[in-house]
Amino acid sequence: MSDIELWTVIIGLGVVTYLIRFSFLGLLAGRALPPLVMRALAFVPVTVLPALVAPMILINDGQLSADPARIVAGLTGLVTGAAFRNVFAAILAAMVSYALMRAGGL
Amino acid sequence: MVEREITSDDRDHVDMATAPVGPPARRGFVRGVLASMPVWLAVVPFGVIFGTVAVDAGLDMVQVMAFTVIVTAGASQLAALQVLTDGAPAVLAVLTGAVVNLRMAMYSASIAAAWPGVAMSWRIPAAWFLHDQAFALSMRRYADRPDEPMRDKLGFYFGVGMATTTVWVIATWVGAAFGQQIPESWGLDFTVAACFIAIAAPMIRGTANIAAATTAAVASVMLVWLPAGVNLVVAAMLGIVIGMIVQARLGPRDGPRDGPRS
Repeated sequence: MSDIELWTVIIGLGVVTYLIRFSFLGLLAGRALPPLVMRALAFVPVTVLPALVAPMILINDGQLSADPARIVAGLTGLVTGAAFRNVFAAILAAMVSYALMRAGGL
Repeated sequence: MVEREITSDDRDHVDMATAPVGPPARRGFVRGVLASMPVWLAVVPFGVIFGTVAVDAGLDMVQVMAFTVIVTAGASQLAALQVLTDGAPAVLAVLTGAVVNLRMAMYSASIAAAWPGVAMSWRIPAAWFLHDQAFALSMRRYADRPDEPMRDKLGFYFGVGMATTTVWVIATWVGAAFGQQIPESWGLDFTVAACFIAIAAPMIRGTANIAAATTAAVASVMLVWLPAGVNLVVAAMLGIVIGMIVQARLGPRDGPRDGPRS
């Protein structure tokens, strides 16, 4: 990644993110979104994040691979987060189980 | 739930929409700062992780801090950085980060409906603070105290937003400055994945959400041969479509409710 690419991302993502945030607050002055769009947007976080994370856990060098430490730690974080609805507890649970699995030689 | 609040608010405040609202009240601001303290627990480690990961990826201090101050949206920063280090072009990294942040359009609509008569000079800076915490805490406050004066409501939002953003920026700096000293045995290479799982997990509730998340995860792995970043966007769109179909079959009560509670 070059410096130019990086600054393009920093400024590009900054501008786009600001415009998303400003959209209804400013540009559209409080007009409500169509219900269909609201329903689609509500699914964004629960689809984008799993789509980001699944290859980080299951893909190694472009190939499907089962790394027990990453799979167990990922599931631990998922279950903890779902059970307690707490982001911090889920990060902690995933990180501790990952460190333990690695320390155990897996 | 969010949808209903917007429409009813719109109707209730039609006459008030023209009444101008003064600047954010100090009283509300202090309440907002205090109310935001518990979520610092989630913001601090996340900021430290971004700082650490960004330096690992080869960013210098100026770039890390510019990134965190200009974008102020952790999950999208990590996502864009991940796509960029995977070797994808900058446009795809921006697109990925933007998709991660699309939920904020929903936040923007909800806050806008709760802010009739607020001047543009306050809306412009307010948009910069519109992250998960400012949205979630403010909407909860507005629901709990609907009769609070508008200036206090505005102050509360600015209190939460400015406090968490300040904490976020400081935490990023700590990660960038000292993150390299964290021992390798702590497994920091896994932190980005752990963060994404932790943010998503509390939201994946109900059949429609589970179907959407599973579809997106499986599709993303199966489409990993596509250029970096493209598999993500396609997988997320497939997940959204499946989620909406399942939701339509099961009825409207079985979908995502409100924003993440971090």
